[in-house]
Amino acid sequence: MQPFLEISEVSKQYATHLALDKVSFSVPESAIFGLLGPNGAGKTTLIRIINQITAADTGEVKLKGERLHPGHISMIGYLPEERGLYKKMKVLDQVIYFARLKDVPAHDAKRIANEWMERFSISDWRNKKVEELSKGMQQKIQFITTVIHKPKLIILDEPFSGFDPVNTELIKQEITRLRDEGATVIFSTHRMESVEEICDFVGMINKSKKVLEGSVRDVKESYRENKIAIEFSGALNGTIPAALESKKLPNGNIQNVYDLKPDEPMMNIVSALAAKVHIHSFREMVPSMHDIFIKLVQEKTA
Amino acid sequence: MNKILLITRREYISRVKKKSFLLMTILGPILIAVFYGIMIYIVVNDELGQEKKDIAVVDRQGIFKERMESTDLMNFIYSDSTISSDPTSLTKFYGVLEIPVSKNDGNTVSASFRSRENVSIQVKEILERKMETALEKYKMEQFGISKTLLDSVKSEVKLQTLKIDQTGEAKDSSTELYTVLGLFLAAAIYIFIFLYGVQVMRGVIEEKTNRIVEVIVSSVKPFQLMMGKVLGIAMVGLTQIIIWVVLSGILITVISVSFSLDSLPDAEQLEQLEQSGQAVPISGIQGLLSSVTSLNFPLIILTFLFYFAGGYLLYSALFAAVGSAVDSETDTQQFMLPITLPLVFAFVLSSSVVLRDPNGTLAFWLSMFPLTSPVVMMVRLPFLSMPEQNWELGLSMVLLIGTFILTIWLAGRIYRTGILMYGKKATYKELFKWLFYR
Repeated sequence: MQPFLEISEVSKQYATHLALDKVSFSVPESAIFGLLGPNGAGKTTLIRIINQITAADTGEVKLKGERLHPGHISMIGYLPEERGLYKKMKVLDQVIYFARLKDVPAHDAKRIANEWMERFSISDWRNKKVEELSKGMQQKIQFITTVIHKPKLIILDEPFSGFDPVNTELIKQEITRLRDEGATVIFSTHRMESVEEICDFVGMINKSKKVLEGSVRDVKESYRENKIAIEFSGALNGTIPAALESKKLPNGNIQNVYDLKPDEPMMNIVSALAAKVHIHSFREMVPSMHDIFIKLVQEKTA
Repeated sequence: MNKILLITRREYISRVKKKSFLLMTILGPILIAVFYGIMIYIVVNDELGQEKKDIAVVDRQGIFKERMESTDLMNFIYSDSTISSDPTSLTKFYGVLEIPVSKNDGNTVSASFRSRENVSIQVKEILERKMETALEKYKMEQFGISKTLLDSVKSEVKLQTLKIDQTGEAKDSSTELYTVLGLFLAAAIYIFIFLYGVQVMRGVIEEKTNRIVEVIVSSVKPFQLMMGKVLGIAMVGLTQIIIWVVLSGILITVISVSFSLDSLPDAEQLEQLEQSGQAVPISGIQGLLSSVTSLNFPLIILTFLFYFAGGYLLYSALFAAVGSAVDSETDTQQFMLPITLPLVFAFVLSSSVVLRDPNGTLAFWLSMFPLTSPVVMMVRLPFLSMPEQNWELGLSMVLLIGTFILTIWLAGRIYRTGILMYGKKATYKELFKWLFYR
């Protein structure tokens, strides 16, 4: 199937600094794509190229098989990392203004704006000036301005910054809902736990180059290390395989980590131990996105 | 195009709705009037804030005694020579003017003036003039010329300036009126360009520091954002001008209705006067009015609007580029100077060189050069003889249009890169590079 957004071999050179070096990604339709990478890796540059704020030096970006052209702009909703609203403008006026810049007719803009404000329970604030609102509310307004024109492609740069846990949850729900309604979401973040929670696919840039791409499951699968962690209580003696590491947990139990040979069933070790001690839990140690992220960044830096 | 309109509308409404706009529109002219009123008052009443000075005159020749008249500023007290040796004299008087017995050849007199202060050039000139008049008076008496004889010699010339147009018809041309009008128009353009150009720059900096820019340029092209802002603020300026024109129109009507109707003879009275064979009195105001009517008002108004728009577009594009290149208003200094310099230069020269010779070489070239032409052409305009000099106006306008299109394009390229650059202070070299980015 043709990917919704296809980035191929994109490079961008600033005066003395190569911001992107032949980066390629493909993002399927109706998916949430996590764009990862440490600070200064080139994420914002890539996002700006997709938004046609700057142009790539070489390489091309295709949206639904078409090379990017100005007509695509109204299909894209962009929430930059650095947020900004007109402080002296009233909330509703502001949302409508941004919608109209994205070619939404005025009366539609008003209706949709009201729906969103209802959903975010900020309707009472619609005629207040933005500067009178709390930071969290301003972030909600900013989110509304990003999606008010029902974009097919939503690009969110650090969407959760400035939100408390409750509102973060709310925004996550909205992002998933928008995806379920057919939108494709690219979002860039440093919060790896949120990546695992909502992303279908991830791509990672480090030092201007792509270092990782794939579905979250595949990526985690390819980084699994075949280790099992068993928590137990009781004395462990006799002939059992040597543990990779062993530590005493705060609750008095002991946790041992064992290496699994390829194709060896997990239960072999579990049953070997179960005969001798009381097992509380066992699980395969799957690397988190967090671990993968750090591993990749350190590998490249080293 | 539609988006430029949207942005223009927002810029316009958000500014016009502000209380400060209403305040400036109403208070602005009052403040200017008060400012000029005070200035003129001070210039006219030059003795303002100066104390009357007592000056002791020791006249050893006896020529000046009683022939120097005291004024509002100076009081001459004639004393004998003892005062010269009196050490307290300088505490009693502002100064002592001492005229020694001279080997007077009749035309030069040397005298000395002692004071405890440094004597200002004004005091020195007054004293010299007073002494010269006194000496002249003395001499006339010596030659036996009476005051009446002298007065009958003095003559006065009043020159009426006429402008002959192509048909050979002569029109009153009031040089004074043209000068005042030209200067007024030039000052208006100068002030408007500055006022609104800086507003454009502030707006750009505000959007940049608020980080709104990135949201907006993902919807519209930076050029559209820049043009929308420039045009929106231009509309604010035009609104202000229109309000002022309408208000002053009302004011003039009110004044002329309440004062002039009674004093000026109306048509019926004039007819009666003519029938009775009496001369119709022509007042000074009517003379002025006849020179006012000699002006081509539609041309002046249209030209003013053209140069206002052209000059504003040219300069505000530059101001927008400056705003995009900096992070805060305090950083603008280094870029502001080369922009404001030609404007200030044009205004200063307008009130001196250009006025002295409105059709001279320098005036001509300054009114062609697009960075100075909006101001300078306004001063020249009343003095241009149409249609012979139509080509000058035309050429100047074409040059201005060409330059502002080029400038807006260049500024747009700097703006496009500048608005997304943070933290680094841009140099001229970098601005130049931005012109060629993809």
